[in-house]
Amino acid sequence: MSTFSTTEAKLTRDEMAQQVAADIPAGAFVNLGIGQPTNVSNFLTEEQGVTLHTENGMLGMGPVATGEDIDEDLINAGKIPVTELAGASFFHHADSFAMMRGGHLDVCVLGAFQVSKDGDLANWHTGAEGAIPAVGGAMDLAIGAKQTWVMMSLFTKTGESKLVEALSYPVTGLGCVSRIYTEVAIFELAGGQVTVRSTHGISFEELAERLPVGLVKAA
Amino acid sequence: MAPRIAASAAEAVAEIRNGSTILIGGFGNAGQPMELIDALMDCGATDLTVVNNNAGQADAGLALLIKERRVRKIICSFPRQSDSWHFDTAYRAGEIELELVPQGNLAERIRAAGAGIGGFFTPTGYGTLLAEGKETRVIDGKGYVLETPIHADFALIKALHADTLGNLVYRKTARNFGPIMATAAKQAIVQVDEVVPAGSIDPEVVVTPGIYVDTVVALGGKK
Repeated sequence: MSTFSTTEAKLTRDEMAQQVAADIPAGAFVNLGIGQPTNVSNFLTEEQGVTLHTENGMLGMGPVATGEDIDEDLINAGKIPVTELAGASFFHHADSFAMMRGGHLDVCVLGAFQVSKDGDLANWHTGAEGAIPAVGGAMDLAIGAKQTWVMMSLFTKTGESKLVEALSYPVTGLGCVSRIYTEVAIFELAGGQVTVRSTHGISFEELAERLPVGLVKAA
Repeated sequence: MAPRIAASAAEAVAEIRNGSTILIGGFGNAGQPMELIDALMDCGATDLTVVNNNAGQADAGLALLIKERRVRKIICSFPRQSDSWHFDTAYRAGEIELELVPQGNLAERIRAAGAGIGGFFTPTGYGTLLAEGKETRVIDGKGYVLETPIHADFALIKALHADTLGNLVYRKTARNFGPIMATAAKQAIVQVDEVVPAGSIDPEVVVTPGIYVDTVVALGGKK
């Protein structure tokens, strides 16, 4: 557990991605979810030697393809054309998800609607009347990797905390999230305890007041 | 037995009948056997059950089959996309049945069918809406859901090359569901850029052995 730190300003989206990238262990196999997590790849360094997995059957995914490098047979999970790095490999879907489900990926980074203090994740369905449900690989990703980290804004547009006692949105996976990166704080979750690793533009005390869950300050 | 080499996509899909269950390869457009789907459209078969990762994009391929109400039921992981308007309309009108399956469970259910597995316990989906009504079990303290295989009458897939014995190689992420779908259908129908003589694909790089392949059609490639 790292020591508690604080900054005056909120983290920007790039700073959040930068922070996630810095926390990924060297040599890790990593899956970055669609949306904010994809931005993490822009801050990984060559020295880290991280290998990116994409659910549609590839390890060693490179940056987004441009110009002549665009190839419709080489896409990521968001169906965006990407490139392949030296040492890349391709495999079929059952192998790709066996890699996930079998615990072979070190870290998976996902977006979320809500996370509970026990690490339950909701990110696939709002449950809204008339919404067409779509799950994709979200449930497999949530429970498969050795560590699942979430990137999200801490509060909804109406100011409610997305870190909650118990989910009110439909569950994606139970007890799977171990860390949450938000613009105002970074949290570590373990055994129902929420530890605040850092705060940004808010004090620990103010944060504790605004959240519906009990918080522990990192030593 | 060596696969049938069809002269056209229309000939390749000619045996597909009303009420068939069809696995269709592809993740987005990569690996989607567009010409075989167009031929399926033209052959008139209806009341189909289709298994695909998505539920059609824009105004092409699977989306058109859905638009024409030829698909009774779709089994997929991610139907809702920015350009899935034909599915959205059919679904909201109650004119298509949706079985939503987490993507890894979808892949494993297809694999299980091809491998003769009667069911398997997976942690994916445990404790969620998508496991409601399904048998569950706690093994070594972890929750699992019983999932069953998805068998099909036909598979329509796209590969890069086939040899005359049906051995297949794929191209990059267009491989996706192709290899497992080929194993899970009574008849696997494969469109390829080119059919090459037996012996010209290195046995070490064959991805789908010809035993799984029933019909091949060469359609030429863009590249």
